[in-house]
Amino acid sequence: MPKTDSLQGSLDLLVLKILSRRPRLHGYAIMTAIQEISEEILRVEEGSLYPALHRMEEAGWIRAEWVIKESGRRARAYELTTAGRKQLSAEEVRWQAVTSAVGRVLRMA
Amino acid sequence: MSLLSRIANVFRGRAMSREIDEEFDSHIADAIEQGRDPAEVRRAFGSPLQLREASRDLRLLPWLDSLRADSVFAFRRLLKTKATSAAAILSLALAMGACTSAFRLIDALLLRPLPVAAPERLHAVAFEGIGANRQSMVYDSCSYPMFERMRAAVKDQAESIAVSYAERIDLTYGSGQEIERAYRQFVSGWMFSSFGLKPAAGRLFTADDDVTPGAHPVVVLSHDYWTRRFAADPQAIGRTLRIGDGVYQIVGVAESGFTGTETGTVTDVFVPMMMKSPRTLASFTNFWLRTLVQFKPGAAVEPVHERLRATFRTIQEERATTFTGISKQQMDRFFKEKLLLEPAAAGRSNLQREYRRFLLALGILVTLVLLIACANLANLMTAQAAARSREMALRVSIGAGRLRLVQLVLVESFWLVLLATVIGGVFAWRSAPFIVGMISSPENPARLTLPADWRVLGFALALALGVTFLFGLAPALRASSVKPVLALKGGEDPHSRRRLMHALVVLQIAFCFVVHFVAGLFIASFDSLSNQPTGFSAARILNLETVTQRPQPAVFWDQVLEHLRTLPGVETAALTTWPLMSGESSVGSVAVNGAPPSETMTDTLSVSPGWFDAMRIPLLAGREFNAGDANPAVAIVNEAFARQFFDGANPIGKSYDNGRGSVRIVGFVRDARSRDDLRLPIRPIAYLPFHAPQPMARGTFVVRTSTANPLALASILRQEVLRARSEFRVSNIRTQQEINRSKTIRERLLAMLAMFFAAVALLLAAIGLYGVLDYSVLQRRREIGIRMAIGAQAVDIARRLTAEIFLMVLAGAIAGLALGEASVRYIETLLFQVRPSSFGTIAIPLLVILTTALLAALPAVLRAVRIDPVTMLRAD
Repeated sequence: MPKTDSLQGSLDLLVLKILSRRPRLHGYAIMTAIQEISEEILRVEEGSLYPALHRMEEAGWIRAEWVIKESGRRARAYELTTAGRKQLSAEEVRWQAVTSAVGRVLRMA
Repeated sequence: MSLLSRIANVFRGRAMSREIDEEFDSHIADAIEQGRDPAEVRRAFGSPLQLREASRDLRLLPWLDSLRADSVFAFRRLLKTKATSAAAILSLALAMGACTSAFRLIDALLLRPLPVAAPERLHAVAFEGIGANRQSMVYDSCSYPMFERMRAAVKDQAESIAVSYAERIDLTYGSGQEIERAYRQFVSGWMFSSFGLKPAAGRLFTADDDVTPGAHPVVVLSHDYWTRRFAADPQAIGRTLRIGDGVYQIVGVAESGFTGTETGTVTDVFVPMMMKSPRTLASFTNFWLRTLVQFKPGAAVEPVHERLRATFRTIQEERATTFTGISKQQMDRFFKEKLLLEPAAAGRSNLQREYRRFLLALGILVTLVLLIACANLANLMTAQAAARSREMALRVSIGAGRLRLVQLVLVESFWLVLLATVIGGVFAWRSAPFIVGMISSPENPARLTLPADWRVLGFALALALGVTFLFGLAPALRASSVKPVLALKGGEDPHSRRRLMHALVVLQIAFCFVVHFVAGLFIASFDSLSNQPTGFSAARILNLETVTQRPQPAVFWDQVLEHLRTLPGVETAALTTWPLMSGESSVGSVAVNGAPPSETMTDTLSVSPGWFDAMRIPLLAGREFNAGDANPAVAIVNEAFARQFFDGANPIGKSYDNGRGSVRIVGFVRDARSRDDLRLPIRPIAYLPFHAPQPMARGTFVVRTSTANPLALASILRQEVLRARSEFRVSNIRTQQEINRSKTIRERLLAMLAMFFAAVALLLAAIGLYGVLDYSVLQRRREIGIRMAIGAQAVDIARRLTAEIFLMVLAGAIAGLALGEASVRYIETLLFQVRPSSFGTIAIPLLVILTTALLAALPAVLRAVRIDPVTMLRAD
């Protein structure tokens, strides 16, 4: 499996964005959502997803609660907090700035 | 999440791990449900343990978590070695408890500021002069006119407050004839407002209560006394009480916590300065009060001190003009007196002066014991660290950092200290009041407020931390510097560890030697002090100190005496002013053969006929007083008097001039101790007949009982005095033995405590030595086995080991001796007639320690010689 290091900086952004559209997703669903929407181009490294989720939870951007799935198993569902919404827009602005900067370099150089 | 929830998470670590695992499991289950290969899913997910650790660290405080884990682990280890841990904790608890209680005493007596506004601005005036015995001495009493002049001189920079010594007096309430005793302190009217104190009830004095001599019959009670005597009843305000022949009204109660300025004595009744007798107030020569100087905010010390010095000098010069017949040396000494200004934030009292050195010595002793205990623990921890070097090496190999190892070992030490602190705290809580109880005598109770507040708590905490680092750090650093490769192979340099332990043993022995050396000095001092001859027999003597409201003529005193003599159980009875060695004294000047009055004053004591017989003071020549003798025509003198004034010749028939007339010497008696300072030689005494022309308001009936326990008669005699003449009241009954004993309280206590700590130090050092030798033999058993295999005899092995021990003891003793001799300087004032470098004071501790060391070493030596080379070499 190719390492998706390019996701390193944008994992938080992607997770926040997904959660802003679809609240109350658990970890696996977040991962599959990223893969589906990006049409399998972006792959989240499964191991690094959870530390990232827990870190954002610790930072107060998202909150989690245990839900019972149809299968009867418990799963931890995440949703965005107000602080998370603010963080999301800040990250989006930052992302736009970076990509347009990268685009300019590609065009001009 | 907040810091709080992170801290909380530390203590629900297991539940948190479970939650994280469950989330991971659910992820993997989801993936498998999606049809992925279970093995592939697990591989893709990565190591769940590592991920769990990463998540955990995010949700809690990692350092706190590791601390928690180490604490749990350390506690389990302590439980595993119960006996060793208990011994370590108990010895440390004893030492720490002793330290804490010593601190409580030192703090209460010397450091704790008075509960007044800005205690740091409070200073006390003292005077340093050269005493008759050429030694410098400090006293701090002034006369009232002196105080007024000094107050006026520094009025702009500071307010001066006069306070008398707190003295125990008799008082009665209303018409009730029951005599009570209480502590009275005369204070300047403006003291309470200067100190910023508020009344707890009624009102406090103001400057207006301290204007005209004799015109302000009011008192303020201390809160403590109000609570004790009146159960804090507000109705007490306005009640009257009688002190001597004055009637006073209670106007208020001082703020709780303020118990006067005499630290060590709790003042019960405050009286305005102006209520002291007008004669005393006007007298330039009656020194009866302390001058406290409270600086105004921002005032500098030096200018005030300078002004006070100048004022004092003027006063001295004025006084000098009134002197007559004074020698040149006396005059020189008089002018050499210097005025000192000492900080008095903690109050001022004689108890402080008397016990400062005592507490210092006590503090040093307990510190040494604490250090010995610490050395023991350091050795214990080092030995344990040696046994654990493989464990440590393993921890390092799997990635533990050095700091983490240091933390692990320090946490273990801290557990020991924590438990020791708790036990030691209980010990300190009980023992400090015990010592205060010991130094207070019924006549002179020492009352110290000993609150267990943040000061004591802070000290205990600082001590605990200090001790942890003191004995825990070296073993911790050593454990952390473990080299995994070497240790796992099973051999580091085995000697380096032993060298550290041996050095600590030498240190222990040195401290132990100091404790024994000092204890020996204290015990010898107490011994020679309590064996100081008194010159009279104290057995079965009961002193009935008696007062009358109005002075009574001598014949009435005689009537009571005659009545007492007829009572059953009374062998002999006599009358005098106050008991011998009670601390009270009066002096008179003596001039012989027309020369100017001698420099040495003589003690004078009025006694009735039969007194010498009652006190068993033998008559050397001449005669006893008889009923016809009257003060001051005749006197009986002692040997010291004859030595001083007549070159030791028989003084019978000679006479001396006491400044008012000629006194004929009719009797010559053996020396007897009149003063209470056992360290000084017996003074010249002139005994005068009790019969004096003027009536007397106080006297002491001296009764020698025929029963072994004189106190059995106390209550009967008290009633009989009242029956004989109703104006006579017994205010205090003391046996002579009790008075004599009370003069050596400090030395007795010091000897007792020193002996106790010496025993503890010896025990601790012995335990330490035993442990270290045992460990060292255990570690060297292979070496010893080899030595034996190649022909060494058991004797050689034993000799080698004992030589080692002997060397350690010797090195320790030499270091200890040097330390001890150096410290003697500081405790010299506590010693009496002992020579710090005499053979006995050095040999005895040396012998005791050497014997103990050999006894402690015996098990290890036996173990060494019993090593069987064959099994030893086969092992491992």
